[in-house]
Amino acid sequence: MSTTPVLEARGIVKELGQGAGKVIAVKGVDISLYPGELALLMGPSGSGKTTLISILGCILSPTAGAVTIGGIETAGMSPDALAALRRQNIGYIFQSYNLFPTLTAVENVRIALDVAGVTGPAAIARATAALTDVGLAHRLNSYPANLSGGEKQRVAVARAIASEPSIVLADEPTAALDSENGHGVMRLLSDIAHRQNRSILVVTHDPRTLQYADRVIHIEDGRIVKIEQRAKPKRNAAAQAHGSDGVGGHEGKPRRNRSNRGRKTAVQAR
Amino acid sequence: MEPGRIPLDPTMILTLAFRNLCHDRIRLAVTLIGILFSVVLVAVQLGLYIGSSRDITALIDNAKGELWITAYGAKSFEDGGTLLTNKERHQALATPGVKSVAPVLSVFAEWRKPSGGSTRVVVVGADVEDGGLAPFNVVEGTWEDIKAPDGIAVDKSYLADLGVVGMGSTAQISEGRVRVRALTNGIRSFTQSPYVFTPIARARALMHFPEQTTSFHLVKLEDGADIEQVRKDLQARVSPAEVLTKTEMINRSLVQWLFNTGAGAALIGGALLGTLVGTVIVAQTLYSSTKDHINEFATLRALGSSSSYIYKVILAQAAMSAGLGYLLGMAIAMLLVYAAQGSALPIMMTPALAAGLLALTVSMCAISAVSAIFKVTKIDPVTVFTR
Repeated sequence: MSTTPVLEARGIVKELGQGAGKVIAVKGVDISLYPGELALLMGPSGSGKTTLISILGCILSPTAGAVTIGGIETAGMSPDALAALRRQNIGYIFQSYNLFPTLTAVENVRIALDVAGVTGPAAIARATAALTDVGLAHRLNSYPANLSGGEKQRVAVARAIASEPSIVLADEPTAALDSENGHGVMRLLSDIAHRQNRSILVVTHDPRTLQYADRVIHIEDGRIVKIEQRAKPKRNAAAQAHGSDGVGGHEGKPRRNRSNRGRKTAVQAR
Repeated sequence: MEPGRIPLDPTMILTLAFRNLCHDRIRLAVTLIGILFSVVLVAVQLGLYIGSSRDITALIDNAKGELWITAYGAKSFEDGGTLLTNKERHQALATPGVKSVAPVLSVFAEWRKPSGGSTRVVVVGADVEDGGLAPFNVVEGTWEDIKAPDGIAVDKSYLADLGVVGMGSTAQISEGRVRVRALTNGIRSFTQSPYVFTPIARARALMHFPEQTTSFHLVKLEDGADIEQVRKDLQARVSPAEVLTKTEMINRSLVQWLFNTGAGAALIGGALLGTLVGTVIVAQTLYSSTKDHINEFATLRALGSSSSYIYKVILAQAAMSAGLGYLLGMAIAMLLVYAAQGSALPIMMTPALAAGLLALTVSMCAISAVSAIFKVTKIDPVTVFTR
């Protein structure tokens, strides 16, 4: 596991609206994401979670502060350059799946690969492999309308990981799912983070997700108010040696609340 | 991979475009009906225009001569204005580069049906021996038959209009008796006044015109003669009569019958209207389709697609609509072309018109896509997180 963050955000401020209606949604947030870690971003409605994840995902530009992805500073980049950075580095999972209703499961994954420049037989092979990884080998040619909520979200997970991004940003991935499917998706994300060494940030206020987190970042009123280090990934020792816990401005002491030992993989869990 | 350098594989773009198109079948049907309506309307209007143009210029096209001497201000083949005399003919024959000069008389006249009543015809007087203008597409009888006393040739498609049954039937032009001794096929008249071919001397006699008078002199040039130089020389000699090239003569007739009468403007106007209506319908349906799929396009943007990727999806939808609509529209247009064969209003379908219609349909759909593309340029990918 690397001690080098795949994403670093420093001093992020985001003002929304103008004049009397101006709101500061994010107020000077520092955050780093590391490979092999599943982090949760938790907070009440209106705390700035969605704004922050949009900024981290290069979809929204910050009013102030800097975001660096894979060593590339994003400030001043054109929309198309940001789009290129997104397709090379970031996978997304959305609360309402955002699948294309007119495309089958495998085509939904293929289109994300197509956007990333992976085409032809290679795209079909990778899409099939990604769907097999999330346990949907038998649903390749099913349309979203014929999939359950859990299956839809697993297609979305497959779409997010198929192009092998270093970062996966998930916005309330369990909000529309029942308990069983919610746990299934979180197990899957945790497994992907640890087995595939990806950095996964999940925006959530679902307490069921806590047990899968390596780190929990609490945000309120646009500020990070607390960090909980729930697992102790190997990187922490090195990170602490460098005097950092991965979240700027918050020297929270990492603690190990749960172990990965004995955890089933997502496929095993089904 | 460099940002923006994506290998071109249209498979998924075409798949998404096709599925989006088929997703709402009622909207697809409306789109196709809009394009079909437009293609059929434009095909019929332009087909009529081409058919009318061919009718108008058929006799000029078949005349063997490079230059036409006409009275000043002659409007068309059927309306040559004041008559010319032999003076212009002699002056023409004396012009260097002129090989022969053939008089051609063309004049509206009254045709009295044998069973009573009358209709208007265009009497075309010319002698085949002069090498100028002769009846063409003759299906029954010969020029020798036409030269026989009272002999004329008419087109078989007008027999009923002329109140005659066919070969051997008699009628009167002005007060002179004529007998159908030859039949042509497919020589339609835009003015709906059938052409009646007869030797020029008989035409003059029927119309009580003085001998040696004519509407036009059709001038044939010697091989290698400079047409512009001959024309210049001729013009200087025959003034105030005019000397026109074949193309100018054709254009005069087209302008007179298609534009001065407003018929051509109506046909072209109808074609433009068809294009406009088609464009509006396709633009509306493409726009609403894009609006319906806007969240999917926003998702594509969030996933990192370039703007051009989304434009390609929309343009592919437009192109598919154009292709399907064109095929359906052309199928119906060809049925109409077939049904109009031999009628007073023939609709022509030429390879150039078919290709032009395809280009027009594709352009129409591409223009229609502009509003949809304008819509997606406003997509904010952040909406995928906020909805």
